[in-house]
Amino acid sequence: MTISQTLTAPARTGATRGRASVAGLLTPARTAALKTTLWGLSFPLGLLALWWISSDAGWLPAQILPAPLVIWESFAELLQDGSLWVHTWASLERVAVGFALGALFGLIFGAASGLSPTFRAYFYPPVQAVARVNVLAWMPLLALFLGIDEELKYVIIAWSTAIPIILGTARGIENVSPSLLELGAAFNFRTRDRLRLIVLPASLPSIFTGLREGLANAWQTLVLVELFASFEGLGYLMVWGRQLFQLELVIVSMIIIGVIGLLLNIVLRWIEGLGQHWKTEVGDER
Amino acid sequence: MSADSIIPPRAVAVPHPVSALVRRIRALDWRPLLSFAAIIALWFAAYEFNWVRAKFLPSPVAVVERLWFEIHSGTIVTDLLETLRRNIIGLAIGGFIGLALGALLGISSGFAKIVGPTVLAQRQTALFAWVPLLSVWFGGADVGKIAFISVAAFQPIVINTWRGLTLVPKTYKELAESLSFTRWDYVRLVAIPNALPTIFTGFHAALIYAWLATVGAELFLNIAPGLGGRLTEGSQLFEIDLLFLTIILFGIVGLFYNSLAERTEGLFLKWNSR
Repeated sequence: MTISQTLTAPARTGATRGRASVAGLLTPARTAALKTTLWGLSFPLGLLALWWISSDAGWLPAQILPAPLVIWESFAELLQDGSLWVHTWASLERVAVGFALGALFGLIFGAASGLSPTFRAYFYPPVQAVARVNVLAWMPLLALFLGIDEELKYVIIAWSTAIPIILGTARGIENVSPSLLELGAAFNFRTRDRLRLIVLPASLPSIFTGLREGLANAWQTLVLVELFASFEGLGYLMVWGRQLFQLELVIVSMIIIGVIGLLLNIVLRWIEGLGQHWKTEVGDER
Repeated sequence: MSADSIIPPRAVAVPHPVSALVRRIRALDWRPLLSFAAIIALWFAAYEFNWVRAKFLPSPVAVVERLWFEIHSGTIVTDLLETLRRNIIGLAIGGFIGLALGALLGISSGFAKIVGPTVLAQRQTALFAWVPLLSVWFGGADVGKIAFISVAAFQPIVINTWRGLTLVPKTYKELAESLSFTRWDYVRLVAIPNALPTIFTGFHAALIYAWLATVGAELFLNIAPGLGGRLTEGSQLFEIDLLFLTIILFGIVGLFYNSLAERTEGLFLKWNSR
């Protein structure tokens, strides 16, 4: 049996399913996934080819878009002298600290406003009003108070992280199904048990969604603060490349920012999936 | 709003306007107002008793005075209009392209198979990572700013249009099949009405992102007339009253956009569930 046969045959007939195909790896599901991936890759690869050819032929000036090879060389160079690692690490550290601070605040504030209607009535609207003015507009003001060093970056990243987490947590707790709460009341649950056994599991999916959005925001905001003011980090690398008119630096940083963003998203989707285990039929009704 | 339209038919006598007002005041939750009042009182106190150096905190009165001054002899109104103009043009361009591409992705599954993953992947690049590249391509002036705002508006719209057109409930699909709808009828009668609320969610997000991008473009690209320019001016010249005033204006516009989008979205949802 040739490879091309195994690629198509199981999907078509299903009769060969039981038989060992090449290394037994190409199950129909995997073949389908492979096909999807190949289709999905065809477009960016086509673009890349077009880009390559047009830079080679000189249709695309290097000031607009440097050739792919130039970008690859610049990437290799940055990797070799270690500067890429330094910048990436600086960015990751900022995101980690900012996210941790924002998540902590967001979870506490969100839980407090979800659990206590009084707390919510007093404190939720002002926070919401502050959140509605986007973080960029606050940046010049915060810069006056905090300077333009790491504190500013941490605070701004934490700020944008906290907003979806507050929303997700408060909403999750609020939307705990009344029938579950009644059940808890029928069992005479103490407050602590009610929180541990009913409210927490029922609100977890929404909390995890908030956390995922929070991390996505943190990554977005990182680039923004690094453009605003910084001396290292991926955002700085872009500004630097832009000022030197070395577009390859700009594009290398863009690609790395995209790849890390993608990885963060994959990890968080997985974590969010873990949170969905608690999603029940009862918890779903709204 | 909806409460107003429900009450009149039920009331037998013509409701007294004063009692309606009283009822409305009573129904109002005063607690958030109390915390806003506390914040303003704190602001006054902080200024009066010099808790924060005056250099960093203007008195609320100074901000209002600055607004008065700016309206009468300054440029803030022009700046606001300039900013809104850029925002709306960018939104229109990005929205149009997003809608067109999203529709193509939603209607043709072959096209979605080839181009879809790339559209999803490019979303992972943080929005502001586009700024340096776009500024090289389009310059730092108006065109560059509008290009960036368009990119910001494009992303949520393309994804939501695509998603809205594809996520049709199975029962509708089966119904369309058993009625042997043509492709065009299916798109016109099933997919589009089903997608409208999702598309609108995309527009809502686009409004917010485009506003963020507008502020960002004005901060990061060339200084030009616009609110972002005033923000930079306020912080660099230490005109703290101007800085506060501009932040408040940014907030008001953001708030306006948001409530506009929420209302329209609600309208669409109502229409959809009918």
